[in-house]
Amino acid sequence: MSDVAAELVGPVPPAEVPELELYHPRSWITKYVFCQDAKVIAIQYSATAMSIGLVALVLSWLMRLQLAFPGSLALIDNASYYQFITMHGMIMVIYLLTALFLGGFGNYLIPLMVGARDMVFPYVNMVSYWVYLLAVLVLVAGFFAPGGPTGAGWTLYPPQAILTGTPGRDWGIILMLASLILFIIGFTMGGLNYVVTVLQGRTRGMTLMRMPLTVWGIFTATVMALLAFPALFVACVMMLLDRVLGTSFFMPSVVELGQQLTYSGGSPILFQHLFWFFGHPEVYIVALPAFGIVSDLISTHARKNIFGYRMMVWAIVAIGGLSFLVWAHHMYISGMNPYFGFFFATTTLIIAVPTAIKVYNWVLTLWRADIRLTVPMLFALGFIVTFVNGGLSGLFLGNVVVDVPLSATMFVVAHFHMVMGVAPILVVFGGIYHWYPKVTGRMLNETLGKLHFWVTFLGAYAIFFPMHYIGLLGVPRRYYELGQTAFVPPSAATLNVFITVAALIVGAAQLVFLFNVIWSLFRGKEAGGNPWRATTLEWQTPQTPPGHGNWGRELPVVYRWAYAYSVPGMTQDFLPQNQPPAAAKAA
Amino acid sequence: MSVIILFLAGIAAIAGWWLTRQRLTAKPWLEEGVIGDLPHEGERGTAAKVGLGVFLAVAGSLFSLVISAYFVRKDLSLPGGADWRPQPVPNLLWLNTGVLILSSLALQWTHGAAKRDRIEDVRSGLSIAGASTLLFLVGQLAAWRQLAEAGYFAASSPAAAFFYLITGIHGLHVAGGLVALGRAGAKAWRGATAEQLRLSVGLCTAYWHFLLVVWLIILALLTGWADDFIVICRAVVP
Repeated sequence: MSDVAAELVGPVPPAEVPELELYHPRSWITKYVFCQDAKVIAIQYSATAMSIGLVALVLSWLMRLQLAFPGSLALIDNASYYQFITMHGMIMVIYLLTALFLGGFGNYLIPLMVGARDMVFPYVNMVSYWVYLLAVLVLVAGFFAPGGPTGAGWTLYPPQAILTGTPGRDWGIILMLASLILFIIGFTMGGLNYVVTVLQGRTRGMTLMRMPLTVWGIFTATVMALLAFPALFVACVMMLLDRVLGTSFFMPSVVELGQQLTYSGGSPILFQHLFWFFGHPEVYIVALPAFGIVSDLISTHARKNIFGYRMMVWAIVAIGGLSFLVWAHHMYISGMNPYFGFFFATTTLIIAVPTAIKVYNWVLTLWRADIRLTVPMLFALGFIVTFVNGGLSGLFLGNVVVDVPLSATMFVVAHFHMVMGVAPILVVFGGIYHWYPKVTGRMLNETLGKLHFWVTFLGAYAIFFPMHYIGLLGVPRRYYELGQTAFVPPSAATLNVFITVAALIVGAAQLVFLFNVIWSLFRGKEAGGNPWRATTLEWQTPQTPPGHGNWGRELPVVYRWAYAYSVPGMTQDFLPQNQPPAAAKAA
Repeated sequence: MSVIILFLAGIAAIAGWWLTRQRLTAKPWLEEGVIGDLPHEGERGTAAKVGLGVFLAVAGSLFSLVISAYFVRKDLSLPGGADWRPQPVPNLLWLNTGVLILSSLALQWTHGAAKRDRIEDVRSGLSIAGASTLLFLVGQLAAWRQLAEAGYFAASSPAAAFFYLITGIHGLHVAGGLVALGRAGAKAWRGATAEQLRLSVGLCTAYWHFLLVVWLIILALLTGWADDFIVICRAVVP
């Protein structure tokens, strides 16, 4: 505290907001249904995302049952298997993870953490949720449409996505594309809010470099999403026109069932470029909020300031920028120019540098810290280990020569489930255990939480570690059943049974979590305002759960950064961001 | 994909310039007390301007991607782009361009009138801008009709498909702007003062100028001028 001028430390008048500026709900409908309060919208987003996520979880069970016991379930034929793959992937990546991190955590935490009363455009924020819900409903409608949902794979590659023979060619693909277009429109409305609230809505004293890393992560991910989602939007609109009007954006000349189709000269590679121009930033759109949240969980539950805060911020920004220059590493086997492969392998390996910096900083934060093994901390530690595992296999796959033989095997499935499935979902759980007391005023049950953690964490490794191995054996991905293949040893089938049993157990463990969330809502221990003794602003609200407008009459004033834990010479081991320096010394 | 990369490089430059002014090298763990004067506290105007800026970046990204796709499709289709037949452009587009320029100029003038507190001028300016924008949209639809009558449908050639796609997306953005303009107009006639209208008129003006620039780029693309430009670029950068 040496280089701060004395006059800056003096008392500062807090900013007051006149009552009439706030939106006030007038009825039950505007308070809980068509509500403009970001906290309610966050809960709506989260509940919708987790409900549709449960559907995707059941789909993964069905796929695993088919892989372990081929043909034993009558309802799974080869067409429905592809439909399950497609819907599982699309739901998990876009409708669950993206919506939950940005729409759920973003809406709840951004206004509270930066000391705002609400998002800057509350009405647009409300519309964003309802468009998202509509997108989910259109997606679900695919299950009930004639021919079922599309089975084109979650990447929806043309030409097969819209050719006869692909399941859901009649209605499924149209509903899928329409749903994605709606999702992007809804997300853009929400995303504008998150960005402008961080830029314009911060309270007095909250400089950018005092923001918690959670806000930095969500902010950067939102900026990336706003710039990357248009690529998916364009791809979806163009494919919809190919399918409905018969244009040839992506469709080359094709002979189908002995018939020459009217398409000619379109480029399937163009679709891959557009899709992955969105698709790779999407990985970091999910990862950056996870990075931010995990930083805050570790710092709070280890009672120590985050190591290298500045470097953490720079790394987030660097990852955000670099992630736009690596998309073609998903296309090594598309037959593109080998020099492109060289370029994209290089950028892919460079992005490992800022990512590794973050991992080192988390570990160094834990070094000689006062670690409390609470449930959120367990999930945060689980994330670090899992992310390192998934990231290392990513280094393999980032190199062209390694990727080419592995690209079509289960190794890739294991890699991306580790790095962008299990790792972010562990953070989602950690975040929910951490902030549930603020959202509801009650603690989640710790015993059930630990049971949930250990089964999920160990179970995820039981699922995905053997999957790397069977991938190395050459077991192809996307196959409905293996049949008679000479190069796959019988042990691969045994391992498949093992993986399936593990998947069923991990899935069932999520029911424990659901039970915990509902039971604790009524019977959980009273949490009080700040059960984790945390510094950030959301724990300093006058009411818990925070009331309408978040703060009392006066907005909080921020005096320090978000990580003042175990400051030497203080009696308390944490200093809230809004505690005036004089009061902190007296306390 | 070079168009979108160039666009993103521009966005990155703006973001980088902005970040350098945010004291990113500060050591927050050493600083206690209130620092910085933040541009907020109920200033809805600034938030709306920043919001529009962010939206323009998103829309710019969308148009850059469509233009990127146009070039990729043209080059990748077949070796030498053998199936790429240039699309004749209806002369009506030139008239439409004039009308769109007129609406942009009208809004600029309205913005000036709002600053000088002349509510009568604001009302007439808004009417001229609204009418000319509507005329532009009608003109675009008429151009579509002319093409269809001449036998160019979306499915008949890739260039025709891109023509409908690009003009369609641009037209939808213009139509969305008309909604905002209509709301400003409704306020003007319901007795709002020029001062109260200054913000919404200013936002509309910025959006119209953006859409005009996008339209001029699209026009250069569709009429083939952009091709000559690319040839010059390729000659300069081997």
